[in-house]
Amino acid sequence: MNILVVDDETDVRPLFEQRFRREIRNGEFRFTFAESGEQALEYLKDLLSEAVLILSDINMPGMSGLELLRQIKSEYQAPPPPVVMMITAYGDAQSYNQAMELGADDFLTKPLDFNELKNKLKTLQ
Amino acid sequence: MDVTNFVLSGLFCALIVFWTRRFLDTQKRIPLWDKRLNLFWGLFGILVGLATAFKSELPVVLLWLCSIPTLAYTAWLLRDLQPARTLFQGLLPYVFVIVNAKIVEAVAPGFYKRHDDIFDLVSSVMTVWLAASFIFASRQKKEWARIEAERAEEAERRRLDEVRKAELEYLVAERTAQISRQKEELEQTLAELKATQDQLVQREKLASLGELTAGIAHEIQNPLNFVNNFSEVSAELVKELIDERQRGPERDEELEAELLDDLTQNLQKIAHHGHRASGIIRSMLQHSRASTGQREAVDINALADEYLKLSYHGLRAKDKTFNAKFEAITDPTVGSISIIPQDIGRVLLNLYNNAFYATQQRVKQGTPGYQPSVTVRTERVGDRVRIRVRDNGLGMPDTVRQKIFQPFFTTKPTGEGTGLGLSLSYDIITKGHNGTLTVDSQEGEGTEFTIELPNQPQS
Repeated sequence: MNILVVDDETDVRPLFEQRFRREIRNGEFRFTFAESGEQALEYLKDLLSEAVLILSDINMPGMSGLELLRQIKSEYQAPPPPVVMMITAYGDAQSYNQAMELGADDFLTKPLDFNELKNKLKTLQ
Repeated sequence: MDVTNFVLSGLFCALIVFWTRRFLDTQKRIPLWDKRLNLFWGLFGILVGLATAFKSELPVVLLWLCSIPTLAYTAWLLRDLQPARTLFQGLLPYVFVIVNAKIVEAVAPGFYKRHDDIFDLVSSVMTVWLAASFIFASRQKKEWARIEAERAEEAERRRLDEVRKAELEYLVAERTAQISRQKEELEQTLAELKATQDQLVQREKLASLGELTAGIAHEIQNPLNFVNNFSEVSAELVKELIDERQRGPERDEELEAELLDDLTQNLQKIAHHGHRASGIIRSMLQHSRASTGQREAVDINALADEYLKLSYHGLRAKDKTFNAKFEAITDPTVGSISIIPQDIGRVLLNLYNNAFYATQQRVKQGTPGYQPSVTVRTERVGDRVRIRVRDNGLGMPDTVRQKIFQPFFTTKPTGEGTGLGLSLSYDIITKGHNGTLTVDSQEGEGTEFTIELPNQPQS
C-alpha cells in the first residue's frame, strides 16, 4: 500500500521509516513524504494511481492540510478515491468538524499513537 | 486831615491785617497767636472811634504802628515758610523806616519839614518795596501751595501705592499658595501616571506573553513528540538488536550495523529536539522576565525565525480557521550582533502579530483568491543589519500611518489592543539600540516595517 505523508516537520520521515521498518522491509507499506500541501499535490499528479492513503498534517505554513484535503476530494475523484487522514496538534472540535465536512476519512491528533495508526492501516488493506 | 481819611486809613490797616492773616493761614498754623490777633478788631474799633471823636490822626498812626510790627512778628513766627519770610523781609525795612520817620516827625518837626521830600521818597521806596514783597510773597505762596499740593498728591499716591502693594503682596502670596498646591497635585498626578504607565507596560508585556503561550505550547509539543517517538522507536531497535545477537552464528551483521546506525541517528534526533524544546522555553522565559538590559551577541536570523513561528502559532491557537503563508528569508552574513534579546524579541513579536492581524482582517473582508502572507527578510547593509517584516494585509491610510508609533493609538477594537505595542517597540529600537524603525504601507496592498540596527555594540 502506498502512503503519502504530508508534514512540514522533516523528521517525520525517519520516524515513520523506523516505526514501520518491518512493514517497509517486507513490502507491506511504501511511504512517500511531502513537506507541504503544494509539494503533496505535485506528488499526487505523478503518483495518483499508486497512492492509496494520504496522511496529512493540518497546520502547515502555506497551504493548510484542510485546503489540501479540499483539493484532493474535489479533483481526485477517480476510483478508487484516495483515503485521507488528517493529523493535528490542535484536537479541537472546530478543526475536526471542518475536516469531516471536507470529507476526511479519519482525524488523528498529535502525539500520534503509532500502534493505533498501524491497526487502522492494516484494516484498510 | 479829614475824619473820613482816618476811617479809611484805619479800614485799610484792618484789611491788611485781615489779608495777611488769611495769606499766612494763621488760624491753622499758629492758632494760639491767631486768637490774640482777634483782639485787633477791638483795638481797631477803639482807635478809629477815638480818631473820629477827637478828629485826631494820632490813634490811626498808633494803629498802624501797632499793626505793622505785629504783622512782622507774625511773619517772623512763620519764618519757616518761604512766603512768610519774604513778607517779613518786606515788612521789616518798611516798619523801620515808617517808625523812624514818625519818630523824627514827632521829635524834630523842623528837621522833618526841611527834609520831608527825602522822607517821602524813602517812604515811597519802602512802600514799593513792601508791595513788591507782597506780590513776590503771593507768588511764592502760590508756588508753595502748588508744591504742597504736589507733595500731598505724591503722598496720596505713595499711600495708594502702599495699599496697592499690600494688595498685590496678598495676591502674590495667595497665588503662590495656589500654585504650590497645584504643583503638589500635579506631582501626585505625575507619580500616579508613572505608576499607571509601568502597569500598562507590564500589561502589554503580559498580553504579548499570552499571545505567545499558545504558540509556545504548540512549538514545544512538536519537538517533545519527536523526543518521545524516537526514544520509543529506539527501544524497539535495541530489542531487535539484542534479538539479532542472540541468534548466534546466523546473525545478520549488516542488519546489526544498520540498527546501530539508526540508533545513533535517533539519539542525535532526540538531543536535537530536546534542545529545540529547551531553546523555546528559554526564549519564553527571556520574554517574560524583566529586561536585564544586558546586551548579548544574538543570532538575528534564528531570533527572527523563532518569533515568526511563535507568533503564527499564537494567532492560530486563537483562530484555528486562520492560515497564512509565512517565511523567513535570511541572509547568512547577518550573523550575531550585540542586542538585548528579550527586547528585540518583543519588537519582532509585536511586528509579526500586527502583520498576521492585518492579513487576518483582510481575510475577514473576503477578498477572492487572497492568500495571506507574512515575510521576514534579514540583510546586512554596510555595518548595519536590516530586518524587514512584510505582510500583504489591509495596509493603512496615511492618517493611521502617521500615528501608529504614538502611545495608546490603536485601530483594534476596545479591549483588544493596549496601543502600546508599537510605541514601546519604537523606543526599544531607537532609544535602546540606537537603531531606526520605519514603516511603509499601501492601503489594500500591505505594510512593511523596517528595523535597522547598528552592528557595533553601543557603549
